[in-house]
Amino acid sequence: MDLPLWATGLIGFLIINAMLVSASVLVYAERKVSGYIQNRPGPNRVGPFGFLQPFADVVKLIMKEDIAPRAASPFIHSLAPVLMVIIAMTVPAVIPFARGFVIADLDVSVLVVLALTSVSVYGVTLAGWSSNSKYSLLGGLRSSAQMISYELSMGLAVVSVVLIAGSLSLVDIVEDQASGWAILGWNVIRNPVGAMLFIITAFAETNRAPFDLPEAEQELVGGYHTEYSGMKFGMFFLAEYVNFFIASFIIVTLFFGGYLIPFEPLFAHVFYDNGLGWLLGVLQFFALLAKTAFFAFLFIWVRWTLPRFKYNQLMTIGWKYLLPIGIVNALVIALGVAVFEALGL
Amino acid sequence: MVAQLLFFLLAIVAIAAALGMLIARNPVNSALWLVLNLFCIAGLYLTLNAQFIGIIQILVYAGAIMVLFLFVIMLLNLAELPRREDIDWKRGAAFILGMGVLAQLVYIVAMSFDVLPHPPAAQEAVATGSAQVLARALFTEYALPFEVIGLLLLVATIGAVMLAKRRFV
Amino acid sequence: MLTDFVPLFLMMALALGLALSLLKLHQLLGPKRPNLIKTAAYESGMDPIGTARERYSVKFYLVAMIFIVFDVEVVFLYPWAVSFRDFLAADAGLGVMMVVSFFILVLGIGLLYDIKKGGLEFE
Repeated sequence: MDLPLWATGLIGFLIINAMLVSASVLVYAERKVSGYIQNRPGPNRVGPFGFLQPFADVVKLIMKEDIAPRAASPFIHSLAPVLMVIIAMTVPAVIPFARGFVIADLDVSVLVVLALTSVSVYGVTLAGWSSNSKYSLLGGLRSSAQMISYELSMGLAVVSVVLIAGSLSLVDIVEDQASGWAILGWNVIRNPVGAMLFIITAFAETNRAPFDLPEAEQELVGGYHTEYSGMKFGMFFLAEYVNFFIASFIIVTLFFGGYLIPFEPLFAHVFYDNGLGWLLGVLQFFALLAKTAFFAFLFIWVRWTLPRFKYNQLMTIGWKYLLPIGIVNALVIALGVAVFEALGL
Repeated sequence: MVAQLLFFLLAIVAIAAALGMLIARNPVNSALWLVLNLFCIAGLYLTLNAQFIGIIQILVYAGAIMVLFLFVIMLLNLAELPRREDIDWKRGAAFILGMGVLAQLVYIVAMSFDVLPHPPAAQEAVATGSAQVLARALFTEYALPFEVIGLLLLVATIGAVMLAKRRFV
Repeated sequence: MLTDFVPLFLMMALALGLALSLLKLHQLLGPKRPNLIKTAAYESGMDPIGTARERYSVKFYLVAMIFIVFDVEVVFLYPWAVSFRDFLAADAGLGVMMVVSFFILVLGIGLLYDIKKGGLEFE
């Protein structure tokens, strides 16, 4: 978008606030869904249907005392949660929300997402180290080893998408999926293995169950954020929920047509002919939101359904199964692209 | 103009971060200064319109290599060095000023003999920074060095496993 | 272009502002009553023994090392993936495919070696 800087800033500010609101909605949704899965009502005291519960939680977290171990390194102890929040809140800048509506339209935006993901390892490692507590350090080391292991397979899944689209820009990747009847152009149809690979690694990168070894509250103490309290803990919590919301956005953008509405090529020209392009944009935004909501629900659903992996199983899956599958998938997709080009499709 | 301003800003922060890395007494702080330095260098690549290289700089150096550094620092439990009390700040300031004057002198002499490299024009930089241009060179003209990189990486993995798996009796 | 990145930096600055204001708010509103027990490191109710910064398993170092190697491999695949269609259009697809396949094969051997030697085994 070619907007003046202040307008971009305003939109960015609104999007960050929208992310905060969606994080609280997701916290509420998670507690409610887990409640119904476990045959109990979930939060139902604060506000109608307990809807104000997450806001009460935020107030509680802010009013709590900030306790840090006296042996901790104070600056790094505060830096780690700040880093996590910055990374979580920066990724929305490159997500295309509707046709022509993206804050930072970069040629390499998919790499920006991966680079930010790789930097978020620091938040975890530094949180674990700076606390100077054995549980924190072990939890931090374990989860950072997990995150870097699954980053490779995530990168390979992205390679297979880039092969099909021939571009590193998320906008181009979405528009590339517009070809083909109805939803047949979506990458999940053209590249199902890559889609599975990316969804699995997204679960691992966001430290969500069944890959939530860093939390593992039932068997370990709490992982890298053992020594965090009050809003500093709240910032890790916020970053986790924003991260899995963003991960849902990225899954949809890369594999499920992004903002494209199913059957859109059949009727999109009606909107453009009548000068109603903005209405199509609004509809696209809601289509994206609906698809994203499904994956956000999937994240919650899986957490309360599947048991956690053991650490050795987790490393085995990452290195011995997902990485080779990712490599072979990239080569197969390349051959597929070559064959389709040769046939002139 | 803005690009030039940004260049100097990034360069100053990069140098300051490098100094911070050298001066820091705690190895983890030192590693973090280096991370800041690498981010500034990525920013410098962006000012040269080399977007792909800039992002890769963050992805590989900040996201992978520095994580290994941090792991090693944590695994070896490198302790904080004791703080030196006998640093002569006057002498340090004099050294920095002296180096500044020397750099100026060298620059002026080099200018007068016209031996300074001329920066490439902006158009040229646009053409060399993108992933497509890189790919065209890497997979055709430089295919052999590319395969040698592959072998080098193979040696690196084997070496790492050999070292870590060795039994010290 | 560099100017394309300005909105991204702007977003980063806004996120930094959010994080810092959350920290500041927390500092202003939260009580401050530290005592010796409260500020001790958590150790399941015991008094902490020694420091946490001890030596840890070399496994983590090994994983990080192998990660770097394969990360570099994946990074080399991005330019290939972006311009694969261009290569096909220029009738250079087969040659480039062979170059990249050999590269992947070499690193595949490396991965196989690591797995067979148990370098990625976490008991």
